[in-house]
Amino acid sequence: MVALVGNPNTGKSTLFNALTGLRQRVGNYPGVTVARKSGSCDLGNGTKVELVDLPGLYSLAATSPDEQVVTDALSGNISGERQPDAVILVADATNLLRNLFLASQLAELGLPVALVLNQADVAKEQGLRIDTGLLSDRLGGIPVVMASAWKGEGVIDVRRAIAQTLERKKLLPRVVWPEKILAALEDVTAAILKDTGRKITSAEAQRLIFDSNSALAERLQWKPEQRDPVIRQAREKVRQSGYNPLAAEPLVHYARLRKALEGVVKEGAARASRSAAVDRLLLHRFLGPVLFAGIMLGFFASVFWLAKFPMEWIQSGVDWTKTVVAPPLDAYPMLQSLLADGIIGGVGAFLVFLPQILILFLFIGILEDSGYMARAAFIMDRLFSWCGLNGKSFVPLLSGFACAIPSLLSTRTIEDPKARLATAFVVPFMSCSARFPIYALMCAAFIGPVYGPGWQSVVMVGMHCVGLFFAVPTAFVLTRLVLKVKPQPFVLELPRYQMPKPRDVLWRMWQNAAEFVSKAGTVIFAITIIVWALSYFPRDASVAERIKAANPTAAEEVVKAKVQAAYVEQSYMGSFGKAVQPVFDPLGFDWKITVGVLASFPAREVIVSTLGVTYSVGEGAKADSQHLRKAMKDAKWSEGPRAGTPIFSLAAVLSLMVFFALCSQCGPTVATLAQETGGWKWAAGSFVYMTALAWVAATAVYQVVIRIS
Amino acid sequence: MTPLSQLLPGQFGKLASLNPERGVDQRLMALGLLPGMVLKLVRKAPLGDPLAIEFGGQVVSLRLSEAESLIVDVAADCPIQRPQATS
Ligand SMILES: Nc1nc2c(ncn2[C@@H]2O[C@H](COP(=O)(O)OP(=O)(O)O)[C@@H](O)[C@H]2O)c(=O)[nH]1
Repeated sequence: MVALVGNPNTGKSTLFNALTGLRQRVGNYPGVTVARKSGSCDLGNGTKVELVDLPGLYSLAATSPDEQVVTDALSGNISGERQPDAVILVADATNLLRNLFLASQLAELGLPVALVLNQADVAKEQGLRIDTGLLSDRLGGIPVVMASAWKGEGVIDVRRAIAQTLERKKLLPRVVWPEKILAALEDVTAAILKDTGRKITSAEAQRLIFDSNSALAERLQWKPEQRDPVIRQAREKVRQSGYNPLAAEPLVHYARLRKALEGVVKEGAARASRSAAVDRLLLHRFLGPVLFAGIMLGFFASVFWLAKFPMEWIQSGVDWTKTVVAPPLDAYPMLQSLLADGIIGGVGAFLVFLPQILILFLFIGILEDSGYMARAAFIMDRLFSWCGLNGKSFVPLLSGFACAIPSLLSTRTIEDPKARLATAFVVPFMSCSARFPIYALMCAAFIGPVYGPGWQSVVMVGMHCVGLFFAVPTAFVLTRLVLKVKPQPFVLELPRYQMPKPRDVLWRMWQNAAEFVSKAGTVIFAITIIVWALSYFPRDASVAERIKAANPTAAEEVVKAKVQAAYVEQSYMGSFGKAVQPVFDPLGFDWKITVGVLASFPAREVIVSTLGVTYSVGEGAKADSQHLRKAMKDAKWSEGPRAGTPIFSLAAVLSLMVFFALCSQCGPTVATLAQETGGWKWAAGSFVYMTALAWVAATAVYQVVIRIS
Repeated sequence: MTPLSQLLPGQFGKLASLNPERGVDQRLMALGLLPGMVLKLVRKAPLGDPLAIEFGGQVVSLRLSEAESLIVDVAADCPIQRPQATS
């Protein structure tokens, strides 16, 4: 096995794709939410080797889970995972010194290394000439090759270099530590052997001394009372050599690298950097924010605009499939309903969101590959830092207004684990497009006609802000009081601007979409079938006969809708809805709304069609259905203190919308949250918190509005 | 000796000292920002925070609150055009 290591943004993933082609597997490292990408790489000499793409990092001093995985993987400390036989270090040819710091640290691990100087095209353009032969000599004779993964140039040389590395096993020369530091390292190694019986490597001893808070200390199960004095003494020794123990590592490595790089890089006529010029415009004090707002607005508007058409096609495709599949099954009503309402309806409900999700991924990919994503974070950071998030939270939160699932996947770009978790936790509060139908139905039926289109727009916009209003304090409390994870400094590299490559962007879009379909698809499919079954059974034929007998003259359509409503009423879902209606009574919901609310826990947009069924206007009701609006307007409380008054009063309408704005009603979101936060703890917490919050807020709205109106 | 945050956009300075106890400073040192290194305050974000600094051929953003321990020497003989090059 060979591991690919390097700084972020060096083109490591691009090189990985070029080396492995389409034969990749994506998994997870045990216990952490760090993706493990591996694939088979042809070495060009008839042999193949397994290649693992490790997360990008600047230093082995691990502060985030991603970085921890790299150090663990390289030292063979991950269970079920072999230590790599060789390491391919991918470096950015235009910034060798910084990139080789990691190489210098890697040398301490004693693994064979090959060095790939990527982005050779940019180096050439900048007039840099790199003497790879000389560099190889200075680095102990390890293979050093230039490549441009992006253009596919030099990939063959990389394959050959891997083969060579595995064969000759050349090691990077280690730095020459000052004597006192060496002694300190030996002291620590000896003390651990004595206290825990474990033999650690020099690289591990370095982590214990050089890092202020190494995660390694925990894992070694070295008791703090034994550990602390040893470390303190070791650091004292380092200090005697004239180095601050926490600065010794970069000082020693960089001094050595400066020498090693002497004469290696020849600079041609340096040109003014193009990125700096672009930044002068895009990060301008006044123009910057204006352009930013324009880009984001354009981004967002086009997600909706572009997705609208395919969404309509998919919807009509699903409806058409139903009309084709259903009639031949008239003799088997249960099978017919399972197929049409359960399976096709369920698959359709999930497929309609696919266009939006694909387009979101496309845009996120373009933002990332162009280099603008980091600038967006730079511009927005101030607005997010005070509540514990950071500038990188912006794009996931914005995307959340379309769909929470791609947003959750895009939180992976946030390096700080604390901000990442908090962002993921508040993403579901953003008013996703699945909430739109219920707002549209309620506003068009009850707000617009009574209070005029002005108020209708106000309520519509207001509903989109409700989630945001609760998300901000939630993030604040979460990051300040709940999360114990140590926050990371927001040190962000602003990379070069670059034209995104369509192939790379599309490839990533495809990978993400495939992940969405396989993960979310199965969840939503399973839940849809369960909900279908709960609202279908029990199904006693006598119910239909009774309705038919009671309405002998009514039109067939009307009778059919009534029969359906009656069936749902006595189904498990209906009985359950009636039983728990008291819970929703303070919110102003009758049992029909309650059934709708319960049925829409897997996917909130189901509410409209469920209301269509419970209010006897037939299935397939849409937000613009006039029948449904009329049926809801006519609905009155039949008993209790409110008997005779309309169910959909202003109070109930607002309460219902607020409930939908806040409640956690999306199976795939909960499942994705579990996946992205590494367990069901946060997913369950989010579900309970959002649902409880929705209940409280909707109750407050109902009780207040009913009293003042 | 001035705190980095008091440089004007476009101004150069030579890093005089930092605080290795802080996580931010450790991260910056890993990126090659060591005492003696010439850096440039490229700009402040439109809202005044964070800052973008350039050193060793890279541009890095950091928050004002995180930059407070970085002390620079403006009087030092800094190159007018480019901060110390990569090699
Ligand atoms: N000019 C140029 N750009 C590259 C090259 N390799 C990758 N890139 C670009 O650099 C950016 C970062 O690449 P990626 O593979 O995601 O980097 P990673 O963060 O190291 O995995 C992307 O925009 C790539 O298209 C290359 O050889 N030359």
